Amino acid sequence: MPRKYEFIEHTADLGFKVYGASPEKLFTHAAEAFFEALVALESVKERIERSIKVEADGLDNLMVRWLSELLYLYDTEMLVFKSFQVKRIEDNHLEANARGEVLDPARHEIKTGIKAVTYHKLYVKERRGGWEAQVILDI
Amino acid sequence: MPIDIEVKKLDDFRWLIPKKGKMRTEGLIYADEKMLAVIRKDASLEQVANVACLPGIVGRSMAMPDIHWGYGFPIGGVAAFDMEDGIVSPGGVGYDINCGVRLLRSDMDAADVKDQIPTLVGALFRNIPCGVGSRRKDLKLSAQEMDHVLVKGAGWAVSRGYGSQEDLEHIEERGCIAGGNPEHVSQRACTRGKDQLGTLGSGNHFVEVGYVEEVYDEAAARALSLHKGQFTVMVHTGSRGLGHQVCDDYIKMLLKASAKYKIDLPDKQLCCAPIASKESKQYLSAMACAANFAFCNRQLITHWVRETFQKVFQMGPRKLGLHLVYDVCHNIAKVETHEVDGKARKLCVHRKGATRAFPPHSPFIPEDYKEAGQPVLIPGDMGRYSYVLVGTETALKETFGSTCHGAGRMLSRRQAKKVAKGRSIIRELEDQGIYVRGAGKGTINEEISEAYKDVTDVVNVVHEAGIGKKVARLKPMGVIKG
Repeated sequence: MPRKYEFIEHTADLGFKVYGASPEKLFTHAAEAFFEALVALESVKERIERSIKVEADGLDNLMVRWLSELLYLYDTEMLVFKSFQVKRIEDNHLEANARGEVLDPARHEIKTGIKAVTYHKLYVKERRGGWEAQVILDI
Repeated sequence: MPIDIEVKKLDDFRWLIPKKGKMRTEGLIYADEKMLAVIRKDASLEQVANVACLPGIVGRSMAMPDIHWGYGFPIGGVAAFDMEDGIVSPGGVGYDINCGVRLLRSDMDAADVKDQIPTLVGALFRNIPCGVGSRRKDLKLSAQEMDHVLVKGAGWAVSRGYGSQEDLEHIEERGCIAGGNPEHVSQRACTRGKDQLGTLGSGNHFVEVGYVEEVYDEAAARALSLHKGQFTVMVHTGSRGLGHQVCDDYIKMLLKASAKYKIDLPDKQLCCAPIASKESKQYLSAMACAANFAFCNRQLITHWVRETFQKVFQMGPRKLGLHLVYDVCHNIAKVETHEVDGKARKLCVHRKGATRAFPPHSPFIPEDYKEAGQPVLIPGDMGRYSYVLVGTETALKETFGSTCHGAGRMLSRRQAKKVAKGRSIIRELEDQGIYVRGAGKGTINEEISEAYKDVTDVVNVVHEAGIGKKVARLKPMGVIKG
């Protein structure tokens, strides 16, 4: 099983490198890494499904918008997601489904408060027949 | 690996990064030799050099001794830009717009309240929402009221009975940055912020009770009505999700603007636009709104601190005397007039993890601090101490009236958790007489003293360099954390 993502650390921030065989897989794994940083995922159940659409110029900006949308849903509706299906990425559009539930502080252990998904050292690129991206979060 | 940046020693506390490549000016680092060795380990000096490449920068690209790696601009960075040729950058302010600190003094002595600290900390923890997703259930704002908050800042809170006119006199900019137009704040930002007004948030934000442990400058301390042994309260928080969203929205907009105005960016996160452009004007307006939200947030939390004190100590407000000493921003861009080469120039000063430090007799500081200078509040980590400083003439001349803002992290949050593993940090602090309550165990472990530089080292550098003057040191007795 090839690795999906790995966390990289800086003193005041947290980031990850993410890998995938296709852009869809790459964006799926990025969302998984994002929530892995945020909450103890084993405690999250798949009770709610949301369909999400975002758009941006270029895959790197699209990555920031995708993760920012998940952060927005978390911050405003307290939704924590654990499984993702990125259905389509084309012409600067992304369509996906995300499954999870409403945060329950009694059951869910929050690992990190995330303020934003940054553009710092951001990249999305095709590499050795697969895809790779780097994202840094402001925490 | 960080690029090796050439640094020249000017004196024991000043280091110069000479102009090289695309840099339009020099970099200037305030640090001692030992600190500089630590600073060199991350890429923050490269970031100081990157900021020096931005159009219209006036003076040097500066870094305070608590500098550490940020996204784009370093944290602990100060840079000023010309109002005509210069730029504005949301990354030069940061995501937590107007994150800041305020200090309250009481008429009680720490010795008299020592036994009640655990009760007080418990009551503060119940009365002030903190932690991820915290909400204030009894404060619901209509869209119209939210607009008032964004325009009026702490003034809105005071008009609603949360505080007094005297409070407003003791806040940077009197708790309101002018020029905020709510039309420039997105619906998403308002949605993220509306339930978060009056909440502390997570991470390094806190409410801390403590006392004046040491006084360094009797006259200045007297002007600030501080004395040894006095019981105090510090509040550290910012603009919550609203500010984060404003920053995110405008980075998106200014990335496009940077291309439109053909600004060569060493890093995307430095995206910016000419100050005179439509995009910059909108950002400055939205930033003012977010800053006002943060001022209002700290004002509301102050109200609940006072309310909690009254309940726990069974005393009226007059006897408690919880007066606001001062409230400072440490993530902000401000239009200010500074003397450059003998001429007064209007500049846009970006302070990201840096504090304004105006000298005595500045027209921008409260009347009662005229002789002492503007109070500067420097929080340390929860196990050690914090400092009260005042601004100086040297700061005004050298750093556009700016100084440091805190201790600065030394360990990443994960490293800190590793260091804390198997230990009861709460118990260890209790043994030192510091009672801590946190929304999550994780936060407390991430915030252990070992994760931070010793704030004394940071403060000593700014004091010795003359860009801040030590007045007093505060010792924590109780902390609530997000």
